[in-house]
Amino acid sequence: MRVAESITITAPPALVWDAVAEPSRYLHFMSGVTRWSVEGTQDTGLGARYRMLLRVGSAEVGGLIEVVEFTPERDLAWNSVTGIDQRGRWRIRERGGASRVELRLQYGVAGSGLWGWIAEGLAARTVRGHLRRSLQQLKRQVEHEQLRVQAAARRSARTAAQ
Amino acid sequence: MTTATTNGHGSHQTARERLRAPAEDEAGERSGSMLGSVLGAVKGLVTSRIPPADLDERDPDYIRESLPRLWLLSSLYFRGDVRGLGNVPEDGGVLLVGNHSGGNLTPDTIVFTLAFSTYFGVERAFHQLAHNLVLSFPGLSYLRKYGTVAASPENARTALEAGAAVLVYPGGDYEVHRPSWHRHRVDFGGRKGFIRLALDQDVPIVPVVAVGGQETALFLSRGESLAQVLGLDRLFRLKVLPVSLALPWGLNVGDMLGHIPLPAKITVEALPPIHLREEFGPDPDVDEVYDHVVRLMQDTLDALAAERWLPVLG
Repeated sequence: MRVAESITITAPPALVWDAVAEPSRYLHFMSGVTRWSVEGTQDTGLGARYRMLLRVGSAEVGGLIEVVEFTPERDLAWNSVTGIDQRGRWRIRERGGASRVELRLQYGVAGSGLWGWIAEGLAARTVRGHLRRSLQQLKRQVEHEQLRVQAAARRSARTAAQ
Repeated sequence: MTTATTNGHGSHQTARERLRAPAEDEAGERSGSMLGSVLGAVKGLVTSRIPPADLDERDPDYIRESLPRLWLLSSLYFRGDVRGLGNVPEDGGVLLVGNHSGGNLTPDTIVFTLAFSTYFGVERAFHQLAHNLVLSFPGLSYLRKYGTVAASPENARTALEAGAAVLVYPGGDYEVHRPSWHRHRVDFGGRKGFIRLALDQDVPIVPVVAVGGQETALFLSRGESLAQVLGLDRLFRLKVLPVSLALPWGLNVGDMLGHIPLPAKITVEALPPIHLREEFGPDPDVDEVYDHVVRLMQDTLDALAAERWLPVLG
């Protein structure tokens, strides 16, 4: 099952990237995520591994994932190593001074047959809701950060003028 | 000894040994009566069906492929809510001690097995101890693929030595068939073997408290007297012959064919681990530990029960 949601954030891709590339921030904006911890010594970048769990229904599903694509300010993608099969992607594109951000998640359990198909379909609504709320929370955080940066710049400009 | 670890979740090296399931006590004295002969024959049949406890029969791929089925059952039918899995140590042997509910179908085990398998991954060795009759019952052999083995100290020891998480229900058949009006009562029937096991293996105990399972049917009586008269304890280690009102049978005696459980909301909570020697000294008193564990679980069960508005609906 493939689920995708997108949103426009009034901030440059660099600010959005700062949030999505930093694993310690995930618990602050990802809805339904109960765990996003670094496995191993590499915190971020290609090959970084995380243990993630997302609450769907009565279970926290996820497992060990590995970053397989890491193009700053554009794409961050991961694949599952253990746990349910999943592929995820942050896709960030600059659109007239703002950022178009898409979060995609493809998940399933190979070999689970008809029951798997039914469960994936029923879970999609919950997963889509988590993705939508995650993007809204990311937007709030990044735009707040953008305002803070702009205010700091204005303050320092005023200070310099005096 | 070299050990092969799987995803950091312990070793299977020592699990390779096949262990015989514990032999049943010899059938009672042959009285020569017709009933005695018949029961003896049935016992022989059942005993021969108890599979040897091979921990390697656990099949992570099978569990993984069945997760969607379990998820549907757990999330939609029982509206499962499992809390506190972060309290279970990340790796190494651990004894999960649960209160048992729901008759022979034990929906709390289904809900917890799904939650444990998705939280820690199917790669983590996880075994459940079950009554001999469960494993010998026709059509239930698939349980061995989930890691279910016959409840015996030998099997539990082997699994813990292999670094597995072992789920044990000390109350067993006695607790699982308690009357519905005792549904919010932890009742291990004084069985303390799990404490000796945890001490021998030096593993922590994680109490796992579940509520809702005893609302999946109307359990009327354990039928202990009936079981005693028929000699079921001597023959099959069965202390009860439960009587309940359950779908689709109506009056259900024995629950041997199972029943259709009512879709009661199941809530499960794993409590922080108890390291016995750290908390009770180098030589803990078994009775004291037992009282502590039961009291802790009863307090949690009371709290979970207080969250419920109505039976079945939760």
